[in-house]
Amino acid sequence: MAIRLTKAWTALTVENATALPGQLGVYELADGDGQTVAFGFAGGRALFGLRSELTTLAEAPPHGATQYRVEVNSQYQTRFRELLMVYQADHGELPAVNAEKPPIGLGRLSPL
Amino acid sequence: MALEGATQQIRIAVIDDGEGVDPMDFEPNEEQKLIVEQVRRFVHEEIIPLEATLDPDASEIEPEDFARLSDKVKAMGLWGLDVPIEYGGPGVDLVTRTLIAFEMAQHRAGLYVPCYGVFGTMGLAQLYEATEDQKERYLKPVLRGEKKGFFGLTEPSGGSDPARAIQTRAVKDGNDWVINGSKVYISGADKAQFGLVFARTDKDAGRGGVTCFIVDTDMPGFHVRRVVHTLRSSHYATELAFEDLRVPQENVLGEVNRGFAIANDRLTRQRIPYAAACIGVAIKAQEMAIEYAKQRETFGAPLASRQMIQGMIIDNELDIRTSSLMTLAAAAKAERGEPFRMEAGMAKLLASEAGGRVVDRSMQVHGGIGMTKDLPLERWYREMRIRRVGEGPNEVQRLIIARDLLGGNFK
Repeated sequence: MAIRLTKAWTALTVENATALPGQLGVYELADGDGQTVAFGFAGGRALFGLRSELTTLAEAPPHGATQYRVEVNSQYQTRFRELLMVYQADHGELPAVNAEKPPIGLGRLSPL
Repeated sequence: MALEGATQQIRIAVIDDGEGVDPMDFEPNEEQKLIVEQVRRFVHEEIIPLEATLDPDASEIEPEDFARLSDKVKAMGLWGLDVPIEYGGPGVDLVTRTLIAFEMAQHRAGLYVPCYGVFGTMGLAQLYEATEDQKERYLKPVLRGEKKGFFGLTEPSGGSDPARAIQTRAVKDGNDWVINGSKVYISGADKAQFGLVFARTDKDAGRGGVTCFIVDTDMPGFHVRRVVHTLRSSHYATELAFEDLRVPQENVLGEVNRGFAIANDRLTRQRIPYAAACIGVAIKAQEMAIEYAKQRETFGAPLASRQMIQGMIIDNELDIRTSSLMTLAAAAKAERGEPFRMEAGMAKLLASEAGGRVVDRSMQVHGGIGMTKDLPLERWYREMRIRRVGEGPNEVQRLIIARDLLGGNFK
């Protein structure tokens, strides 16, 4: 598993999102320039996992998000935090959406 | 001979109330009952409803909830439960704390984060053996909730036999020590302001060549290289790297080359609440299994009427009671100031293995729903597996017990 999400981007549309699996996992949203605007997860309380989370986001995209990529992962809590810490190490700040409400007690990484 | 030994162990495990010796009497007294009831109510009225609003794998609560609940705990007089009285703890004895720990663990996150930490922390046990200056800089800020520390022992080369496995080196340079090396499976290092790092200071001295350093995490050369995901999906471990990390001499904890001699008694003591949390979860899992077996009907009769189900519930109870008695016996011995290393090892071993079996059987009683995130059983199942390895693997506990029984260090 790569430490950063590296899959190709998919357009953030309701049609694409409804085709996603109903599994737990993490996602990354980006704007048209490929700039990350959010990391999030579909957790144990998501009605249909990644499918319902991304569908909701496609209906009202935050911070100009137009594309997404996902990773099915039952370790969604720790993977989500890992993605944020890596992003913070790379960019010196959190993505716009996450910066509005940072997770409690987010740590810091200095990945190679 | 064996019988004589066993009789002696039982005799050791009695409670002396000052008016003679009562054989194995662990019936809580009135004060203990009141405290336990208070904590039980707190878990039911405050923790479980809040938890129902969180992600099933959550291990933290919002700061405002933490403040609100810890204020309630302070009002109950139970804040800093495990903190020694001379450092502001409430002075509750270890047997009562064990009974409380049984209660505190009885919720979804309870095995690793009993009541989400709102009863306060005692911090790293080794810091109680620190110098006054070190206590001012590290221990007291931890007790005030201003700093967090991590414990850095295990390396990629091993953790159960640190005397041989430690390859991280510390070399004296003027008034400083320069540390190079790595650690793995370290909890909380990415959030900590400091940590205890064990490093080799004499390459030829084995266990006697390791020193414990207090390391500030904002120093150049300290790196949290990666997250290590585990079965415990609410919490990760980390891998650390030290590159010419300079630590001043005044941050040596204890004596140079005597890193393992620090706080053995306190570390042994920690195995008791560790065992108690396993038992608390097991009690809750058993309670759920009994409730479900009574209400769930198959083929026209409740599950509880089936002998195979009854057998699981009986075995659960046996596991819970044997491990509870052993854990309370260990706590009672420690409280009396007697050697309790073997009993603490037995408690940890019994409780972690029994807890795993109880959760597993309770899932079986529940059938399909037992596997889902709708119930806490699946989380306990994953987390309980770690308990057989954490705080010293059970094989090492068996070694400790064997050494005490056989009276030697057999290699």
